[in-house]
Amino acid sequence: MLIQIADLAIHYPRAAEPLLADINLVFHSGEVTALLGPNGSGKTSLLRAVSGEQPHSGQITLFGRAQADWYRSQSDQRQLARRYGLLPQHSNLSFAFTCREVVQLGLAPGSLSRLEQGERIEQFMQRADVWHLRDRLFPSLSGGEKQRVHLARVLAQLSLANPGEERVLLLDEPTSALDLKHQHHVLALAREMAGENTAVVAVLHDLNLAARYADRMVMLARGRVQADGHPTELLQPELVERVYGYRGQLVDMEGYRALL
Amino acid sequence: MEFRLSDKSLLPALIALLLVGSCVSLGVGAIAIGWREVLVGLMDWSWPGLLDSDVPQQHALVLGEIRLPRLLLGLIVGGTLGLCGAVMQGLFRNPLADPGIIGVSAGAGVGAAFVLVFASGTAAATLAGGLFQQVHWLLLPAAASLGGAFTTWLVYRLGDRGKSVVMMLLAGVAINALAGAAIGLLNYVADDRALRDITLWQMGSLGGATWSAVAMAAAVLLVVAIPLWRRAAALNALLLGESEARHLGVDVVRLKRLMILFTALAMGAAVSVAGMIGFIGLVVPHTIRLLRGPDHRFLLPYSVLAGGLLLVVADTAARTLVSPAEMPVGILTALMGAPFFIYLLWQQRRQIF
Repeated sequence: MLIQIADLAIHYPRAAEPLLADINLVFHSGEVTALLGPNGSGKTSLLRAVSGEQPHSGQITLFGRAQADWYRSQSDQRQLARRYGLLPQHSNLSFAFTCREVVQLGLAPGSLSRLEQGERIEQFMQRADVWHLRDRLFPSLSGGEKQRVHLARVLAQLSLANPGEERVLLLDEPTSALDLKHQHHVLALAREMAGENTAVVAVLHDLNLAARYADRMVMLARGRVQADGHPTELLQPELVERVYGYRGQLVDMEGYRALL
Repeated sequence: MEFRLSDKSLLPALIALLLVGSCVSLGVGAIAIGWREVLVGLMDWSWPGLLDSDVPQQHALVLGEIRLPRLLLGLIVGGTLGLCGAVMQGLFRNPLADPGIIGVSAGAGVGAAFVLVFASGTAAATLAGGLFQQVHWLLLPAAASLGGAFTTWLVYRLGDRGKSVVMMLLAGVAINALAGAAIGLLNYVADDRALRDITLWQMGSLGGATWSAVAMAAAVLLVVAIPLWRRAAALNALLLGESEARHLGVDVVRLKRLMILFTALAMGAAVSVAGMIGFIGLVVPHTIRLLRGPDHRFLLPYSVLAGGLLLVVADTAARTLVSPAEMPVGILTALMGAPFFIYLLWQQRRQIF
């Protein structure tokens, strides 16, 4: 029970209806959870609330402690940073760091030697398939390449956790800028991470990608959780129509279901 | 691929340039003094009678009482400007931030001018008499720092916490205009002495260098630079964005508060001893980033060194170009820095809007 969300609500000032209300969710280690829903359903806001950037009411508990508690002291905050990473959707960097340096920034909460840092940087740049970009200047990359370098940075950051410690990886639309191959690559990586003591929570747009890689899908619409369960249960035209207002057609090919 | 100098080549090169620049700066001026005479004369001045020197007493005095404090003040103020530029660009996450352009220098200038006009000539000051004389040297930089801190905070809020470059630059325009008007108003109520001081300040000059000014500026630079340098890793993380830095374990609120207060303190000290010298904070960190990369662990110390070098070179030129008269060094740095700023704008013209 790495993240526990109790009675969470997000209400923007001057808005008649709350964006989200009565959200109760628990995220476990070893699980990839996909947050799904139409535009404006509050997926990203929910993720931002969990990552501490969105004002909200209700309780969020991280690793058994109230969220705000973690930020009371600098050493707690660093402790948290070693096991709690966020891959943002957009991240501008107008300074000419090389990609290797960007990944190195992820190791800031740790206290590794230069040599160990170098090894980790290579290891995670390889894993995110950006090692060939290591000496390129970050601002000169394409959007998808930037996204993958940031992923390598966050993976390096989470490698700072003590062995056996449980971790959380938040991904905000990790596949939106990526080509087909890397969409699958990144989500496969998320699966691998889940297998290494990590709770992965990803905001996704593509239902079929989510169904293929997630252990669990949470569908948001109209400010509430509409459905929460295993992809096979949730990939139903009736449910999808209720959530998205679009009725697709379910096809079954050799046991692999997709909604077209 | 990226071209970058290593510390092995950049550091010795900078130090060599600093030494050469310093010697030249001590040697040239209304009285030309050879480099051997510079060294012997300074020894003679600092420890009279140690050497059996043939340097005229007058030369030794010019070196020790006028040129050396001026050189040191140039190094320190230039270093402060370079450092503050680098830190502000980190705070605003934009290489176009400069204490002069976004109005921090002007805010500090208003603070200083205010003290100068209202504190030195008024009845209250006369009444306070001796006490005022004692706090005067502190009051000036304190008021300048206050003005600087307020403007930094204001520009930062107006610029949507560093997210909007356009707002940041426009806020700078507005604050510079307001500060110009405020200083203009102060000119009317100022007495002659204060008026002259204010005018000199607005153009920036190292002409008022004294040993006490050197000591004050050096102390402030040390107090400000070391804590900032120790947080270089956090400053790097902040370049990724506030949310990202927070996730990397940085206490963002405290770090930003420290950056605003410390740059304002340093700018206040620099402005109160040397006036508004622009563009060093823009040119220097940018050049260092090109040569060594944006990592603050290197950027901050190199910006201090290179800022000192650049201001000393500019000041030496300002003293010699129109000799025997002297040009305010702020005019020279603007002459060199403003086209540089235009070049940067040109480069970024598609990204800003």
